[in-house]
Amino acid sequence: MGRILLYSLLLLATLFFLLPVYLVLLTALKEPAKITLDTVWRWPDPVYWESFKVAWEAFRPKFQNSAVLALSATALSALVGALNGYVLAKWPFRGSNLLFALMLFGMFIPYQSILIPLFQFVKAIGLYGTLWGLILVHVVYGIPIVTLIFKNYYSEIPDELVEAARIDGAGFFGIFRHVVLPLSAPAFVVVAIWQFTQIWNEFLFAVTLTRPESQPITVALAQLAGGEAVKWNLPMAGALLAALPTLLVYIFLGRYFLRGLLAGSVKG
Amino acid sequence: MRDRITAFLVLLPSLVAVGIFVYGFIGQNVWVSLSDWGKNPAQALALRPELRFVGLENYRELFTGFVDTRFRQSVVNLIFFTLFFMGGSLGLGLLLAVALDRGPKGEGFFRTVFLFPMALSFVVTGTIWRWLLQPQGGVNVLPTLFGLPPLGFPWLTTRAQVLVFDWNQLPLYTAFVVGLVLLYLGWQAHRAGEGKRRFWSLLSASVLLLWAFTLGRHVQLLPYPEPHGFSLALVGVILAAVWQMSGYTMALYLAGLRGIPVEVLEAAKVDGASEWQTYRHVIFPLLAPITLSAMIVLGHIALKIFDLIFAMAGLDYAPTDVPAIYMYLLAFRGNQFAKGAAIGILLLLLVAVVVIPYLASQLRKEVRR
Amino acid sequence: MRKWLLAIGVALGLSTLAQTGKLEIFSWWAGDEGPALEALIRLYKQKYPGVEVINATVTGGAGVNAKAVLKTRMLGGDPPDTFQVHAGQELIGTWVVADRMEDLTALFKQEGWLQAFPKGLIDLLSYKGGIWSVPVNIHRSNVMWYMPAKLKEWGVTPPKTWAEFLATCQTLKRKGLEAPLALGENWTQQHLWESVALATLGADGWANLWSGKLKFTDPKAVAVWETFGKVLDCANKDAAGLSWQQAVDRVVQGKAAFNIMGDWAAGYMSTTLKLKPGTDFAWAPSPGTSGIFMMLSDSFGLPKGAKNRQNALNWLKLVGSKEGQDAFNPLKGSIAARLDSDPAKYNAYGQSAMKDWKTNRIVGSLVHGAVAPESFMSQFGTVMEIFLQSKNPQAAANAAQAIANQVGLGR
Repeated sequence: MGRILLYSLLLLATLFFLLPVYLVLLTALKEPAKITLDTVWRWPDPVYWESFKVAWEAFRPKFQNSAVLALSATALSALVGALNGYVLAKWPFRGSNLLFALMLFGMFIPYQSILIPLFQFVKAIGLYGTLWGLILVHVVYGIPIVTLIFKNYYSEIPDELVEAARIDGAGFFGIFRHVVLPLSAPAFVVVAIWQFTQIWNEFLFAVTLTRPESQPITVALAQLAGGEAVKWNLPMAGALLAALPTLLVYIFLGRYFLRGLLAGSVKG
Repeated sequence: MRDRITAFLVLLPSLVAVGIFVYGFIGQNVWVSLSDWGKNPAQALALRPELRFVGLENYRELFTGFVDTRFRQSVVNLIFFTLFFMGGSLGLGLLLAVALDRGPKGEGFFRTVFLFPMALSFVVTGTIWRWLLQPQGGVNVLPTLFGLPPLGFPWLTTRAQVLVFDWNQLPLYTAFVVGLVLLYLGWQAHRAGEGKRRFWSLLSASVLLLWAFTLGRHVQLLPYPEPHGFSLALVGVILAAVWQMSGYTMALYLAGLRGIPVEVLEAAKVDGASEWQTYRHVIFPLLAPITLSAMIVLGHIALKIFDLIFAMAGLDYAPTDVPAIYMYLLAFRGNQFAKGAAIGILLLLLVAVVVIPYLASQLRKEVRR
Repeated sequence: MRKWLLAIGVALGLSTLAQTGKLEIFSWWAGDEGPALEALIRLYKQKYPGVEVINATVTGGAGVNAKAVLKTRMLGGDPPDTFQVHAGQELIGTWVVADRMEDLTALFKQEGWLQAFPKGLIDLLSYKGGIWSVPVNIHRSNVMWYMPAKLKEWGVTPPKTWAEFLATCQTLKRKGLEAPLALGENWTQQHLWESVALATLGADGWANLWSGKLKFTDPKAVAVWETFGKVLDCANKDAAGLSWQQAVDRVVQGKAAFNIMGDWAAGYMSTTLKLKPGTDFAWAPSPGTSGIFMMLSDSFGLPKGAKNRQNALNWLKLVGSKEGQDAFNPLKGSIAARLDSDPAKYNAYGQSAMKDWKTNRIVGSLVHGAVAPESFMSQFGTVMEIFLQSKNPQAAANAAQAIANQVGLGR
């Protein structure tokens, strides 16, 4: 009895989570003229792949923008985070804990509260509308979370290891390169996945700070779907395209993805 | 010593960057919110606008100004959205975690399915759910597949409100609720025997409640009644948000459940506790800290929610408005930059109220360790 | 001789062949409205093949999304070379007063446009002795669309006044038509409002509203909201979820009888849906507004600091030319802003609109940027929300007047 209840609950939940995806697929595979509201759940006849081609044509430059943006910002912020985490975990100084807490606050601020000055600043340094401006912004606002993840990770490395290397005459960077870095792969993976998904999926900065040539795919999707009389096959195909990279990351690297999630909840 | 200086120098750029991008910009934004940027069209979009200091005028208008009724509804929307979104995600997440913890076949599959929406952008989720919630299609015609009549709920397009109250009563209600919470805290302090805390909680509670029942009833924010309530169009948005985030709470709870030592559960069994009693008295209390961190994370996501609503309903649609949307609309559509900045600061205050105590307590724990 | 030819060639080439670089055109014409713009761009490319045209469109109802994006770009000191803007207060009250546009008077004189465009339109583009953008088209806001065959089936005729409309609406409801009036998202509701207001106030009253002579709280203006509320009762309840095209679709599919929409609806029905104007679909001035032409005009301006100024000027020249306007407008479903365009190039709707344009009383549209500054317009949405939520005409009127006072309407 209990088992039946358990499985029907799980089945119901599965439906809740998967039905939307099923509908997206159905719609994306239909001829635009055949998409009508009352037959949305009907299997496409014939199956029509053209929408993906059209959506890909339209989204390719934006997709590239997103890729460049997410990859470079992720790489940069992982590097910054590793160094910061190393300093805070292994070279703490007076007040470093307080500075760390002040830094962490940056993770929680609603970006609306800095949007106007940010906008003016990016404009003033001449990066408005460029992908570089957006990369800079993502790296900076990523500092708190990446520092947190690396700091927590490096705290687990025994201080004795660092101490031993120091006695052997290694300096700050020597220890980092030869002792800490070789142990860091899991932290890098966690940070990379976390930052990649966050940046790929981000919208507010993207919509305020870019111009059409440098738009990431989320902005393009929102504008396509928000536009008028676009048939729904395109937004749905576009949504799948926009979701694909992060979904792949999730499916293949799910374990690390989860770890990033848990780290994101500040389990100090 | 040289290494210590190096260490500091390595950290310095990040400190400076965060200093400017977080604290500097907040300061700048406070200044903008106290200015008149946007009031004069000739200055609003000038290449180098000149701003004049107007004090708290923008804040006053937001809360009591005639035309900013939409802001007030957006605040009410935000409160309801946050409550239901947190409740929904926590409830569903806990339910799913408990189910998965009982070791069904295909656990890995289910976990993957429940968690995958987390990998999506809110824009993608919003686009998908906008299509699902078309009043004459999507979810509403699902029953017809089984020969049932279609559902009639108009989802995002409804303008209906429930739990309607008058904005003028807001200080009263706020004082009342805060007073009750303080009363509760005082009672807890009493039970724990903390005299000083009991005294202060009870004192402030009684002041607030006294105020609420005497003067508070006569406070008039507006010269006329202005009804606000829970906008039913938000139900669809909440559904989409829960769809996206309940996998996350499930993962948290599952990790928590797996972390409970077997001995504890054994002990409960030996004591003759029923399964429900074990959950009620042993497991759920152990999960409380997880609930707290999940609430913090979900709460601050809810307070910042923007992209989901942008993709689902657009900027113009007041029934699903939240302050983050209204801020963008005011600043970048209506040229009211100062007022937009003021909304940003209010959002920040809301988040700070939730997050700072949490960060502080986490930090204290850290230091103690 | 050959030298001479060469010299002439070089001289001509300077203005045409030699033009290189880029031209970024910012607009909200995508999707169904895209082909008209593309035709104009094709023409531009023929004349200036060396120029790379960047067609930066941002979609979304009546340009609401585009305006936000444009604003961030202008604030960011990154103006497009030229952008679409509604002639009138949307241009003047937002960009000209902020000193962000170049004066185009010299261009108007050089191209002889002072004679080519109607004087009333030039007045709308003028402010403080300058002319600030080049109008490409004229649209009409107060049009009611219907399918003649369907009306015949239902046994009703297009109503001439709102009172008649409400009666017709009841008749249709009795015949099982749930929502005789098809209505779409937010701005289309404001669009409907301006037709109701024009009918209730008349052309003079409407003009007085914007010059500040008639208060929103005047009983006559409050009556607009009363009628508007009754008209809304005839409309579909899921309006918020429909784009204007989807609202038109309802009429085409026979799920609704009427739609009040600007005459871009004619472009949508004839170009996208391939319906025949006059037979498949038909139109009338929205109830109570016959003899009045509520106009709006899309125009292109030259922002200060445009990176490719010369290319943009060439674009403006094309936009204002007879050739350009006659390539653009038949596809867009609008009529040319110029007085000398060729009626033969337009379909039945266009020809009828041209006739009305020359004979009717002309007033400007609120929703489409002609009569009120953006600071009023953007907050008018709030007024609408107040009304839709409270259904209280007086509350809406009070709010409208409060905003009018705040932005100094008519001053």
